[in-house]
Amino acid sequence: MLSVSIESIGIAAPGLNGWKESAKVLNGTADYCPEPLQKYKPSLLPPNERRRATELVRMAFRVCEDAFTQRPDEDAAQYATVFASSGGDYPIIDQICRSLCEPERLVSPTRFHNSVHNSAAGYWSIAVGGQCASTSLSAHDASFSAGLLEAMTYCQLEQQPCLLAVYDICPPEPLQAKRNIPVEFGTALLLKPIATEQSLATIRLQGFCNNDITSLASPPLETLRQQNPAARSLTLLTCIAQQKSSTVIFENGFQNIVLEVTP
Amino acid sequence: MQPLLITDYTYTSCLAAGREQNWQAIQAGSSKLKPCDFYDISDLSTWVGEVSDLDTPLPQPLSHFDCRNNRLAWLALQQDDFLAQAKIAVQRYGASRVAVFVGTSTSGIHETEKAYFETHHENAALPEWYNYQTTHNVYSSASFTAFATGAAGPASAISTACSSSAKVFASAQRAIASGLCDAAIVGGVDSLCLTTLYGFHALQLISANPCKPFDTHRDGINIGEGAGFAILEKSDAPHLAGSQHPQLLGYGESSDAYHMSSPHPDGRGAFQAMTMALHKAGLDSENINYINLHGTGTPANDSAESAAVAKLFKNNCPASSTKGWTGHTLGAAGIIEIAICLQALQHNIAPKNKNLEQQDPNSQINILKNNYSGPLQYALSNSFGFGGSNCSLVVGVK
Repeated sequence: MLSVSIESIGIAAPGLNGWKESAKVLNGTADYCPEPLQKYKPSLLPPNERRRATELVRMAFRVCEDAFTQRPDEDAAQYATVFASSGGDYPIIDQICRSLCEPERLVSPTRFHNSVHNSAAGYWSIAVGGQCASTSLSAHDASFSAGLLEAMTYCQLEQQPCLLAVYDICPPEPLQAKRNIPVEFGTALLLKPIATEQSLATIRLQGFCNNDITSLASPPLETLRQQNPAARSLTLLTCIAQQKSSTVIFENGFQNIVLEVTP
Repeated sequence: MQPLLITDYTYTSCLAAGREQNWQAIQAGSSKLKPCDFYDISDLSTWVGEVSDLDTPLPQPLSHFDCRNNRLAWLALQQDDFLAQAKIAVQRYGASRVAVFVGTSTSGIHETEKAYFETHHENAALPEWYNYQTTHNVYSSASFTAFATGAAGPASAISTACSSSAKVFASAQRAIASGLCDAAIVGGVDSLCLTTLYGFHALQLISANPCKPFDTHRDGINIGEGAGFAILEKSDAPHLAGSQHPQLLGYGESSDAYHMSSPHPDGRGAFQAMTMALHKAGLDSENINYINLHGTGTPANDSAESAAVAKLFKNNCPASSTKGWTGHTLGAAGIIEIAICLQALQHNIAPKNKNLEQQDPNSQINILKNNYSGPLQYALSNSFGFGGSNCSLVVGVK
């Protein structure tokens, strides 16, 4: 079965700003204080693209840059990418639908190209000069585990490093009432087919099951995990932060997946 | 790579529902592209490929998925006995061993558009009938396909703009090769909506006339809608011993890393994707007998793609864009065009590049002005999308 190494992690959510600090929150050595994230300016985006980058793209860059900043020895251009998001750019969809309600129906060309589900992946490839394969996907609330399976299969079968980015931001009203994501969350994992000396953990897919999905012991973090599809990653990230071997069960559409985590 | 058998496939476009009906329409030379009057639009001067017969709501127990995009998927699934074959595969392997990968760019966004139209005047809440999750959400198309077929293995909607339903073949191949599943139902579906019509208009990429890929006077795309599905199985599956099916032999994926909505002018990413697809298939460029080009009809795409194809194939390999027939079906284009490749191999006829009058002299490739007849064993199909997402596939027959 599939097995890959996690080489670095990026994370962003209220109270979990960057892996270095967040690992302490997740392993219980620091308190979880959910302060809102400040606006992020991606450092890798050229000025032209930075101007056009939406809140969603900035979230994706925040976690990807966090992951690579911790591993300056890694060349982002050599990484294939998998970008998973349950719904993509809700604010852009809202803005386009509002424009279409006006008599002139003037859709901004920049908004339109930002509306594609692979917008963040496109900006990322431009920013790092990455010409490798890139897949953007959704599996609604199971988008983290679907993205993880896609990235793990890519990494193992192609024997290439792979960046997995999973993120969702809050839909604006009136969409929020129909798709309730009350808090933003993003995470990025750098995966390699074979562990290096700096590996954080090895994850192995044990298989599929119908057992209950793993939850978190901390009530506020468990709430966060349930509030955003990308935050479903927190059970895996917590295991890694606590540096303990365990198995984690994720929802994956029709059946759950069992992942073995070894520090 | 380990080839996969394509044991069944179907597609539906503005030309017709079902693969034989589409092929006959292509052979007859007739097109169904028409001036755009979708959703009573009167202020866009362009042509579209609209599928008729999408007025009937989805039946129980699928009715909660009801939207134009899933109706189109449903129409396609019912052609060529595909749904029955998919259910047989699900039964044979067990539901949890059959994965679903569906490509779409805008999924059921037209539902959201309609919901906004209904309520924006009052700045009110979206209407009661509107269900985001089962219609507009990107995953709706994959979830619908899984429910309709009964497949319960890993399921994803892949959304990389106009390469989406080419990339489903790559993801399915990896999922099968890594043991996540034994077979996969792959598909692609995209339907007309105002977002793409007005969005491509804003980018000045739609043509006021029938699109003319690779022509000197090409000036943009005609947006089409369509859907296609295929069943992929391992060639060593016992029940397939001795059977004759076309094969998925290779795929290549790359990123342009150049611009969000224009291709790299030299077709750098396109060249990489085609090269990798040939490498995975263990073939040389001389082995390919037909190329179904992405060929959207925009000046930039066709020029970049020509450069990449010329670099790899010189002026040799018969090639055509079939978007003059179907329009640009966006996230469904990948699978529809691989289906056309499979038919070309089956009939030993490569379809012409419709609407080509005078080939762009800068396009130094062998674009078919007329249908080409000859022994066809291997075909390559290109699909490129916004964000610089490229995917090439190689299929073949024994």
